[in-house]
Amino acid sequence: MSRARVEAWLFVAQRASAAALGVCVAVHLATIVYAVRGGLTAAEILARTQGSVALALFYGVFVLAVAIHAPIGLRAIFREHLGWRGAALDAGIAIFAVLLVWLGWRALGGLFG
Amino acid sequence: MRGMEPGTISVRVWRGREDGGFAEYSVPRRASQTVLDVVTFIQRKLDPTLAYRYACRVGMCGSCAMTVNGRPRWTCRTHVAKLGAGPLTLEPLANLPRIKDLAADLAPFFDKWAQALGRFVPPAESKAEFAEVPPDSKARQAADAGIECIGCAVCYAACDTAAWNPDYLGPAALNRAWTLMNDVRDAAGPARLAAIAEAGGCSACHSHQSCREHCPKNLNPTASIAGLKRMVAKAALAGDIE
Ligand code: SF4
Ligand code: SF4
Ligand code: FES
Repeated sequence: MSRARVEAWLFVAQRASAAALGVCVAVHLATIVYAVRGGLTAAEILARTQGSVALALFYGVFVLAVAIHAPIGLRAIFREHLGWRGAALDAGIAIFAVLLVWLGWRALGGLFG
Repeated sequence: MRGMEPGTISVRVWRGREDGGFAEYSVPRRASQTVLDVVTFIQRKLDPTLAYRYACRVGMCGSCAMTVNGRPRWTCRTHVAKLGAGPLTLEPLANLPRIKDLAADLAPFFDKWAQALGRFVPPAESKAEFAEVPPDSKARQAADAGIECIGCAVCYAACDTAAWNPDYLGPAALNRAWTLMNDVRDAAGPARLAAIAEAGGCSACHSHQSCREHCPKNLNPTASIAGLKRMVAKAALAGDIE
């Protein structure tokens, strides 16, 4: 794959993940506001989240969108403001993306399982 | 304050290269005086060693741009009276190497222009028929909106991304690329698209519109770059990027 093609795909991924995040954040906030009316305990949260496939799917996608969006943005910031370029940066950014997926899904596992 | 004296303008002018400093001059105030007139007065009457650049003096050639009181401007069309009564501070254009005094080195600017394939490429075989270019077609209107660029590099000097990212092609080169991508006669579309899809291409633009704000021709490179971003995204999805 040519460099131009990789960059073009990163751009598309950045925009698409931003759109997904817009929806995810709105739904997330609306759900919180709805759910905490009159207070909420950890036990009540877990009672609703455990075994909820809808929750797992929604936050699974949310985590993926974060793991795509944040590393690409961070890559641009590193390139612009720290002058980092090249394979080492891309490798570091890829590790960061994997870390975000792992941490995000692990947290999700705690809520679901 | 000297700048407030009736009849004279106090002018601070950058002298030397990167490691130079400011020299001060006092220039008589005249009616309809441009910043370029002030610089020319200094060079002709006060210090013939002052280096600067200009050609047409009527806003066509794009060679006279400098940093005037911290902002990039075309000096031949910038009236001193419009800048207020205070002293003038003149420096070469930002984001470019300095050659001497008020002359910036525009080589990186035009190298990037070339890198963005900012030139018309005719088809290999000349067609017998004239190309039909309907003036009211969407593509022609898009090209027309950006075509009046005079290559002054004011937008490039105003662009923060150009300051931060040495690979960034910059607003003028990308604006030119956009006009060519909308030229039905041009034959280098795929190669140009690949050039502007690279890391320093259109996707590096932050859309903060400083280029548009400063362009003396009132062009909108931000809009042209947004058009290129859409073009690149569509081409990526269609698998059309070389
Ligand atoms: S809109 Fe893009 S090209 Fe224009 S000044 Fe901002 S980053 Fe530079
Ligand atoms: S786009 Fe405007 S500011 Fe930039 S080089 Fe062309 S005329 Fe000058
Ligand atoms: S001298 Fe030609 S544009 Fe100013």
